Amino acid sequence: MSSPLLTQVGALAQRSVVRTARQPASAIPPLVFPVLLLLVNSGGLKASTLLPGFPTDSFLAFALAVPFIQGALFSMVNAGTDLARDIQTGFFSRLSLTPVRGSALLAGQITGIVVLGIVQAVFYISVGLVLGVRFAAGPAGIALLLVYAALVAIAFGGLGSFLALRLGSSESIQGLFPALFVFLFISSMNTPRDLIAVSWFRFLATINPVSYLIECVRSLIITGWDTRALVLGFGFATLIAIASLGAASWALGRRMERT
Amino acid sequence: MRLRGVIAGVAWRMLKNVVTTPSILLPSLLFPLLFFVAFAGGLSQVQNVPGFDYPNGYTAFQFVFVLLQAAAFGGVFTGFAIARDFEGGFGRRLMLASPNRLGIVLGYGVAAVFRWVITAMLLTVVALAFGMQVGGGPVDLVALYTLALIINVCGFLWSAGIAMRIRTMQAAPLMQMPVFLLLFLAPVYVPLSLLGGTLHAVARFNPVTYALGTGRGLLAGDATQVGLSFGLALVLVVVFSVWALRGLRSAEAAG
Repeated sequence: MSSPLLTQVGALAQRSVVRTARQPASAIPPLVFPVLLLLVNSGGLKASTLLPGFPTDSFLAFALAVPFIQGALFSMVNAGTDLARDIQTGFFSRLSLTPVRGSALLAGQITGIVVLGIVQAVFYISVGLVLGVRFAAGPAGIALLLVYAALVAIAFGGLGSFLALRLGSSESIQGLFPALFVFLFISSMNTPRDLIAVSWFRFLATINPVSYLIECVRSLIITGWDTRALVLGFGFATLIAIASLGAASWALGRRMERT
Repeated sequence: MRLRGVIAGVAWRMLKNVVTTPSILLPSLLFPLLFFVAFAGGLSQVQNVPGFDYPNGYTAFQFVFVLLQAAAFGGVFTGFAIARDFEGGFGRRLMLASPNRLGIVLGYGVAAVFRWVITAMLLTVVALAFGMQVGGGPVDLVALYTLALIINVCGFLWSAGIAMRIRTMQAAPLMQMPVFLLLFLAPVYVPLSLLGGTLHAVARFNPVTYALGTGRGLLAGDATQVGLSFGLALVLVVVFSVWALRGLRSAEAAG
């Protein structure tokens, strides 16, 4: 990457991070809300661990994987909303009149989301450790989890950017929020897939990539080094990242033409 | 007559906005359905946990929670609308134009109830399609929906009080978060007896626990603590009515 491009990416990434940090309404919910839900669910569903075949006796350890993906979804909506607001307020149009390259705009935006994703991951890991969760994969597993969090942030950041560039309206991005959460809810977030009794729900959870994203994190926490779960998790995250970045680049090109 | 006119005008405008704006209507319809599908479908094995003794199955067990949750959030979402109206300046114009300002609060309240009725009907149809077993008779079911209606009014009055004091959408987390916490610090997934540790201790003193227990009992046709649950809910209506009316005074004083 050439130096001017790096400078542009750095400046736009800094803007993205500072903007999020300056808006408590954007910065705090992705950190606090998933943890709150984790604590409430781990208290309410503790009895699930009594089911034969449940993989751990700590529901907290089982559910700790969920905030990683839930937080990424929150960030995606927030990042998409910010980019859409840039389009609505004319900032994007003004930027397109400067020598800033389109690729720098996208890379800067996504770098900001990755920084936030890593901050979130460190926060969730710290909460887990403080509450007594022991990571079965050890310190190396925690390090891998941070890499994974960055990859998931790229995947969801690309998706948020694509939606913002296509829709160009922050209200529309916010309106998509429940639709995106369908993927989280219809997954193995609360029950291992083999213990889901309702067959149609188990089928949907099995074809839902979010199940594998969650199970990858979960394997590092409660199983250790599970090659299958890691390959599936990293594989799906990489595929989503490639597809969403490709789509975002295409949408950026179209938006630039119109601007 | 002037009061009725204000109520009808505010309620009609609000309902028209809701029905004709998909970004407002869809979340309030989709979220309860999503919760219901995720809980009733994904967690159905919980009914096999030793000690789970609800006779009508996990779908019915979760239906009552989602019904009450949708009721409370239906009220809270109407509070969002009040905040949005004040933020955009419409709230102040409404205050100037209304011959009786109490009608503004009541108008929004009527709209909140209608919004919840739409959600409750849809949720009930989906739950029945999912094979929910209903053990209670007509009187039990009327009591169940009445309890949910009272909770809807509580949610509305609470959020209206905040919306009229802060008068900006930035107050949304303040309206939403306490309601969310109150709902989820109750026996959501399993009966109270199966909750452990801190959550059990907190849930015992949470009024939502009693509403949930009674609601589930009514659906099964074996309700307990009906008087206590309705009594607590009505006390909350009185307390939050005062809260909302003082909020109205605060908005009036702000000009």
